[in-house]
Amino acid sequence: MSPTERTKGEMTDSSGKADPAGGRPRVVVEDATIGYDKRTISDRLSVAIPDGSFTAIIGPNGCGKSTLLRALARVLTPSTGAVLLDGKEISSYKSKEVARRLGLLPQSSLAPDGIRVADLVARGRAPYQNLIHQWRPSDEDAVAAALAATRLTELSGRLVDELSGGQRQRVWVAMLLAQDTPIMLLDEPTTFLDIAHQYELMELFRTFHDEGKTIVCVLHDLNQAARYADHLIVMRDGRIITTGTPHDVITADLVEDVFGLRALVAPDPVTGTPSVIPLDPRTATVRPVEPHDADPNHVSPLPRRQESTR
Amino acid sequence: MNKSSIAFGYRSRTVRNRLFSGRASVRLLTVSAVLFLVAVGLAAVALTHGDYPLTLQQVFATLFGGERGFEWTIVAGWRLPIAIAAVVFGALLGIGGAIFQSLTRNPLGAPDVIGFDAGAYTAVVVTILVIDTRSYWYMASAALIGGMGTAFVVYVLSYRRGIQGFRMIIVGIGVAAMLASVNTYLVSRAELDDALSVGYWGAGSIARVTWAPMIPALVIAAAIVVSAVLLAPAMRRLELGDDAAVTLGTRPGAARLGLIVTGVATVAVVTAAAGPISFIALAAPQVARRLTRSPGVSLLASAAMGAALLSGAHLLSLLIAQAYRPVPVGLITVCLGGGYLIWLLIRETQQRYGLAR
Repeated sequence: MSPTERTKGEMTDSSGKADPAGGRPRVVVEDATIGYDKRTISDRLSVAIPDGSFTAIIGPNGCGKSTLLRALARVLTPSTGAVLLDGKEISSYKSKEVARRLGLLPQSSLAPDGIRVADLVARGRAPYQNLIHQWRPSDEDAVAAALAATRLTELSGRLVDELSGGQRQRVWVAMLLAQDTPIMLLDEPTTFLDIAHQYELMELFRTFHDEGKTIVCVLHDLNQAARYADHLIVMRDGRIITTGTPHDVITADLVEDVFGLRALVAPDPVTGTPSVIPLDPRTATVRPVEPHDADPNHVSPLPRRQESTR
Repeated sequence: MNKSSIAFGYRSRTVRNRLFSGRASVRLLTVSAVLFLVAVGLAAVALTHGDYPLTLQQVFATLFGGERGFEWTIVAGWRLPIAIAAVVFGALLGIGGAIFQSLTRNPLGAPDVIGFDAGAYTAVVVTILVIDTRSYWYMASAALIGGMGTAFVVYVLSYRRGIQGFRMIIVGIGVAAMLASVNTYLVSRAELDDALSVGYWGAGSIARVTWAPMIPALVIAAAIVVSAVLLAPAMRRLELGDDAAVTLGTRPGAARLGLIVTGVATVAVVTAAAGPISFIALAAPQVARRLTRSPGVSLLASAAMGAALLSGAHLLSLLIAQAYRPVPVGLITVCLGGGYLIWLLIRETQQRYGLAR
């Protein structure tokens, strides 16, 4: 069963309670109304996260992507409906129990003054610690592994304040990794990073996915979403417009419909996944040259503005 | 065996056995232990000072000799509760300061700066003047209610879709100023005798602490320490921001409420027994942090530092009393702490608004 089929089945069946055991995804949103204080962002939203998927939530600013993710992470509690984790309402679990199954990389976290890398990463072990067992061998192993996976072993004794932005984001990712959850929720993890660090981080998430983790990631960059995710949730105005594989979902019509941007959707020349190239509003009448059927005599496959005056 | 495979960037010790596993910075433990020893040492020296001077040997001989004479009454009956108060109250103030500085994420966020001291004091003054009682339980309950009420007001007034530390501090300073004027008004309307005793008590003095209030105070202090130890992990997680705290398995609302109650209780216990003693809560966690180089404020080191500071101030007040005249310990902490507060304010504004040095 492909992730898409499963989700579509789930979407139509979201009200039904009698689900065959094991057939239901671990994370399901049922009919949830989510918002802040009095402001409702999403009204009666239903969606499921396919198990083992790399799901990207995309949509314009303020469409409720992060709000949905925060509800999945139980930072926000739906006013109606429910977020289900493994078939039970997420708020009915013990807080630490959820923290062992699902972790969130928030949009911004605060590092205490004067904290060092390894100490901050070690705080990811909190769900496994209690008053008498604060530093078991398993904690140490998990922290060492998280540092190694994020290439921070060399920096483990450094002050977090002294690191670069890219390194610091890797520290927060390492903390999440040390939490050792099968489900990882990432809220715009690449914002504020330069392009090299963005792709470095996305590659890291891909390795986590390859190791069997379910990744749910709010992303702004459609090309990154299409390249790394195998399942997309497209949102606008608090509603889910569509879900599915990048290949099925990302079309010029959808980009124009959801983002109000006229764009060319062409296969990414490197990966073959759909990539979105905005049209130049001043030359939009000219049919853009698509890379694969470009005239071999042309030096550049991309449309040039001068061509419109031809 | 316990050689750590992770380079933490400082020396730490790992203890693991069947019952317990934990890891701590060697520096943090050493500094805290030394500070506690200093506190106890200073308090012991303070036992020798007073209108009836004794040597340290005499003090020990009296305490452990088994004789129940005049010197026993002086040392064990009068001076010992005060010396214990200096250590225990100092530690409590350090814990309270650390809790609120952690919650506000700001070195200015101590309970004495943001008005909880003043609120507890107002409630106690009202209790003394209106109910006319000096029972420690009444005063402690009043101090707790006053402190919690002030905390609630400050919290509500500074709430704008969540609590932001700096706004809470500014609101708290304003509330503290208003309460201070209420206190002054209450004292000015009181009978002369009442006004005198409330006024002296309001300066913050442990010199008249007796066993009667100390025993309940010690019981509450023990409860506070237990509560602080239980809440410390949640406090560590809240420092990372609410979202991160939730994802690590904390309920921020409940944890924050527990921490506020515990923090206000430290202030209430001390205020009920000795009056408001300022600046220990403000200074102890930050000075301790610089000595221990711990990330964030440490409850253990703050408690040790608070104990050492208050014991030191107590001894200083006794020395001044010998040379000149009795000075309440609160006056000494205000004088020492005032200078520290000015330095802190200048540094904070420079950091916040990027003013050049």
